Amino acid sequence: MNILQRLGSGLKKTREKLGSSLAQLFGKERSPQFYEELEDLLVLSDVGPEQASLLIRDLKNWERDSENDNGKDPVLFLEERIASFFPLDPPVWVEQPDWKPVVILMVGVNGVGKTTTTGKLAHRFREEGKSVILGAADTFRAAAVQQLRLWGEKLDIPVVHQKEGADPAAVAFDTVKAALARKIDVAIIDTAGRLQTKHNLMAELGKIYGLVKREMEDRPFETLIVLDATLGQNTISQLENFRKAIPVTGMILTKLDGTSKGGIVVSLARKFHLPVRYVGLGEGKDDLVEFDPVLYARALLRPEESLRSS
Amino acid sequence: MFESLTERFDRVLRKITGRGLLGDSQVDETLREIRVALLEADVNLDVVRSFIDRLRDRLKGAEVKEGLTPAQTVLKEVFDEVVHLLGDQKASLQLSSKPPTIIMLMGLQGSGKTTTAAKLAYHFRQSGRRVLLVASDLARLAAVEQLKILGEQIHVPVVVPDDGVSNPRDMFPKVRKKWIEGMHEVVILDTAGRLSIDPDLMKELVDLRNLYKPKESLLVLDAMTGQESVNVAKAFDADIGVDGVIFSKLDGDARGGAILSIRSVMGKPIKFVGVGEKVDRLEPFHPDRMASRIIGMGDIQTLLEKAQSAVSAEKARQIVTKASANQISLEDFLEQIRSMKKMGSADELLSMIPGASTLKSQVDFEKVESEMKRTEAIILSMTRLERLHPEKLDGSRRRRIATGSGTTVQSVNQVLKQFEQVRKMMKTALKPNGMRALKSLLPF
Ligand SMILES: Nc1nc2c(ncn2[C@@H]2O[C@H](COP(=O)(O)OP(=O)(O)OP(=O)(O)O)[C@@H](O)[C@H]2O)c(=O)[nH]1
Ligand SMILES: Nc1nc2c(ncn2[C@@H]2O[C@H](COP(=O)(O)OP(=O)(O)O)[C@@H](O)[C@H]2O)c(=O)[nH]1
Ligand SMILES: [Mg+2]
Ligand SMILES: [Mg+2]
Repeated sequence: MNILQRLGSGLKKTREKLGSSLAQLFGKERSPQFYEELEDLLVLSDVGPEQASLLIRDLKNWERDSENDNGKDPVLFLEERIASFFPLDPPVWVEQPDWKPVVILMVGVNGVGKTTTTGKLAHRFREEGKSVILGAADTFRAAAVQQLRLWGEKLDIPVVHQKEGADPAAVAFDTVKAALARKIDVAIIDTAGRLQTKHNLMAELGKIYGLVKREMEDRPFETLIVLDATLGQNTISQLENFRKAIPVTGMILTKLDGTSKGGIVVSLARKFHLPVRYVGLGEGKDDLVEFDPVLYARALLRPEESLRSS
Repeated sequence: MFESLTERFDRVLRKITGRGLLGDSQVDETLREIRVALLEADVNLDVVRSFIDRLRDRLKGAEVKEGLTPAQTVLKEVFDEVVHLLGDQKASLQLSSKPPTIIMLMGLQGSGKTTTAAKLAYHFRQSGRRVLLVASDLARLAAVEQLKILGEQIHVPVVVPDDGVSNPRDMFPKVRKKWIEGMHEVVILDTAGRLSIDPDLMKELVDLRNLYKPKESLLVLDAMTGQESVNVAKAFDADIGVDGVIFSKLDGDARGGAILSIRSVMGKPIKFVGVGEKVDRLEPFHPDRMASRIIGMGDIQTLLEKAQSAVSAEKARQIVTKASANQISLEDFLEQIRSMKKMGSADELLSMIPGASTLKSQVDFEKVESEMKRTEAIILSMTRLERLHPEKLDGSRRRRIATGSGTTVQSVNQVLKQFEQVRKMMKTALKPNGMRALKSLLPF
């Protein structure tokens, strides 16, 4: 099953729940209900009430402006509109393929999938023929180090680690140093989950970032925030506050294999112009795919069609 | 948590405060704002819709009923509704008449099951019960190790799978033997995270349920969950049967819409909430207290209870008496600062003080903590007489105190001013009838 199909099958349920298929919806005359149902669909996908009504407003404006051109498909308009929010600038490793090592710092709140995604990403880079090293900088949660070490064993990738309770910044620093010394292509650092409201933990993250930056001698590296599609509007506060602590360069949306759609990334991309790099579609090492804004928007708005065409 | 929802309600209500009667367009505007506030808090759309419909009926029909202004009507309706949504009564865990009581935790990936298993085990151990933990998550890497480490921390034995065992069902004989031999009264099962639409893994849970016959099958949900929360809960309830819900991660700034939605949609009580990563961060769930926290009335009851465990009951009574007579001294103030340190972090406490939760976003908590330290140092540099009679503190005494505490006269003045404010605030907040006192703090 590809991402569209997986997204599609979930969204289909949402639709059934609404009691009318989008095809029907869009075939209808433009009644007030048409816009309401469309807005509800967006809200149920966790796009958020404010953003949902903004999008409907966009649609109404567009319809007014193109009144004579009534052959145009409103869904297509919304699809393109949503997709346009996601910037397409490439990550460091694509933009500067010769830079070594590529360093990626994985951050996010508790339980969103940072460690698992670290494993999946490592696997992905290795499949591309790159050498990889991991850093177990979650020294807080019970057995978090062990969890990443087992990923390392499974993938046969070295893991820099210290004992539980060690200074996470020191582990991050060691990881970058090891990557430099051993001329490894990619270093991925897993960090402890932290709620964005905990000032001391956010300060700790700032320190981790600072040490990595120093060791990188100010060459750019990636800090990817892992966001859980199951979670709702709180994700906005997560990104806002992590951005206050460190510069965030991109997002990863996990657990899209469930029934949640993670529509909040639409608002986030629009507001912060941050790319979504990958989406997580399961717990296995292969369950990570590159994010495609057009496919994602299509899957949000018309799952059935995307099911057919793929 | 809940600050933002509180702030939103506050803004909505302020607009109509002082109005005698609401016109149709004002009603619509108010309802629209409440709808957005609830949806931004992740309250499920269906729940929001039916709530708004009920509220509209009340507001439109309501001329000033029972002497309530429209703002008060909205507040009352919202409060009643929130209490209703949260479940009317505190629900506790059921214990089996014949031990052991078996508790099975289940939920989505990363929702907090393993941590909650350890928290519950700690909770029962604290009340003197013999507890056993069972590591039944054989799927996620190092999940068994995680529970083992937590068990060691709280001195609770953990049953782990033998080598080669990959299906948690196969552990049952070993677990049973263990609880019989160890005469355990409570057995807590941690299970692997799973999606409610994964038929194989849901079947695994059904098997475990049939085997263990848990007294309580508890769904662990993340307080930050979005619109799907109710569907997930319904699916677990339909497939396995849910006896109660535990919400994790309430220590963040989640607005708690999932908490508000789950009860009305599923009809199952919320039994505990997790408020931190450590094993002692589990609290029983009180619907009424949570409701008053949500709509900004603070949670003076929890605050008082916390105060009681940090201060002796006798001391607390003394303070309350003194406070209402405006006789608090700097001695008491010092003691309060010290016991506050014992009670929890400043931001936790602030969210329980009536009316104060909306201030939270404007507060720098590290500064607060360091100011508390400075305040302590200043008071410690006073003589006992000075602490009992702050009005005696003239210029030269203030200078001496500043030098003694390594601060400035300005800081000393500040502490004295702050003390005056606290003295006033306590006098209002701690009147015998808490609710009436709270109401007096409301802006209308
Ligand atoms: N801040 C906070 N973090 C929590 C709370 N409960 C759990 N966590 C954290 O959330 C993350 C996931 O918790 P786990 O207990 O491992 O969750 P789980 O449901 O067992 O996860 P899986 O077994 O991987 O599906 C960990 O980082 C925990 O420390 C809570 O109440 N507050
Ligand atoms: N279904 C699903 N589960 C995931 C995905 N990514 C991670 N998980 C699971 O979510 C849980 C928490 O993941 P973990 O990597 O430990 O999160 P962390 O606390 O952020 O490091 C684990 O049970 C993972 O197996 C995903 O894309 N889909
Ligand atoms: Mg982790
Ligand atoms: Mg677990």
